[in-house]
Amino acid sequence: MSGIKETLTTPIFKDNPIALQILGICSALAVTSSMSVTVVMCIALTTVTAFSNLFVSIIRNHVPNSIRIIVQMVIIASLVILVDQVLKAVAYEISKQLSVFVGLIITNCIVMGRAEAFAMKNPPVSSFIDGIGNGLGYSVVLLSVGFVRELFGAGKLFGVEILPLVTDGGWYNPNGLLLLPPSAFFLIGMFIWALRSWKKEQVEAPDFKMAPHVAAREGA
Amino acid sequence: MSNKDSIKKTLIVALSLCVVCSVVVSTAAVMLKPMQEANVAEDRKRNILAAAGMLKADVSIDEQFSGISTRVVDLRTGEFSDAVDSDSYNPIAAAKDTDSSEALAAGTDTGNIGGRRENYGLVYLVGDDRNPERIILPIRGAGLWGQLYGFLALEGDGDTIAGIGFYEHKETPGLGGEVDNPRWKGQWPGKQVFRDGAVAIDIVKGTADRTGPNADYQVDGLSGATLTTRGVNNLVHFWLGDNGFGPFLANLKAGEA
Repeated sequence: MSGIKETLTTPIFKDNPIALQILGICSALAVTSSMSVTVVMCIALTTVTAFSNLFVSIIRNHVPNSIRIIVQMVIIASLVILVDQVLKAVAYEISKQLSVFVGLIITNCIVMGRAEAFAMKNPPVSSFIDGIGNGLGYSVVLLSVGFVRELFGAGKLFGVEILPLVTDGGWYNPNGLLLLPPSAFFLIGMFIWALRSWKKEQVEAPDFKMAPHVAAREGA
Repeated sequence: MSNKDSIKKTLIVALSLCVVCSVVVSTAAVMLKPMQEANVAEDRKRNILAAAGMLKADVSIDEQFSGISTRVVDLRTGEFSDAVDSDSYNPIAAAKDTDSSEALAAGTDTGNIGGRRENYGLVYLVGDDRNPERIILPIRGAGLWGQLYGFLALEGDGDTIAGIGFYEHKETPGLGGEVDNPRWKGQWPGKQVFRDGAVAIDIVKGTADRTGPNADYQVDGLSGATLTTRGVNNLVHFWLGDNGFGPFLANLKAGEA
């Protein structure tokens, strides 16, 4: 059973889809400006990744090589439509805020990446667990980014006021940049930096060695 | 497994996968449709109530909405009309259809609503139709990044603003997105719309006149969001003006709608 536990926990810090594999950055930028939206996005992505892995894995021995990517896409797309429909029916407010980003789970590299890299070669149960693990790895990054962005960008967490804003008569002057997508880049960058300082083995070997600066010396 | 790459197998897999997936997706879509439609309808009612400043948290939306009647107004004449069914009519869709809308003459689309205006608009009246307590008008127009959609509520006199609210917009969070800020919206109630028959309400850049002759007609602009401020000002002017609900409000005041 240790195999299953490992499959589940490895993607959270050791092989994090965002921090190490650098996948799924696009939605991490878009939906992290408030925590409640972030949480729903994390649940949606984890569900889709887990079930797409499961279904891809179940039929992996019957999928012809020539159309395997399309087969994966069809399964993922159907699951995403399902999630989108359910959200519209039960969590309408949040589905309005997520708008196109639920649909964009289809193109989220994590889902495709895990289906192709893991589920095509492994049995259903461990594929399902791998999907959950990668979803959790994605969630860890998204939730920490969302936490910083909403707290310091809007003075709130889950829409509840934590730091009273100047515009509402309080003392906290929010950093507007944090509500804009580029701020997520900085935060994810810092997350990766912190993670790689902690787990040194994730630091990649340099592709090339920087040559020393050889500006013409005076008189040379 | 030796033949899994054969053409026959490929076709079978592709076909059966498509059938299974389409059945799953369409079943979900059909079964969840009633819930989704109920959500959309409730959301619309909630937005109307919120704009009118009448939204209460502890009463069901349908109950709160029961005192409000939806009426169709012919925007060309400013009179009530029964030409379309108020429950199913969608003014925004109608504005895109050349049969149910008319092109605004050059220079008159001051709210940047997209060049065409629907022939019939919806208004929501609180209380009696002919002598309403409040009049709620749908408004829309371009901000910085896209169209803003909302409602403007007037007191029964057709002159005093009772509230404003946008339910959909794409403005920058923290800057133009502050159109949702309750403190900013809180400035609107009590302001006057018309002076000498012309739309006089203005969102001014910076701080509005607090004590002078314009105090009743000015609202503070949103700081750091000049283009959103200008957009909201333009769309409010458009919908209260001659091409919007201006003729209707005039008729209502004269008791001739």
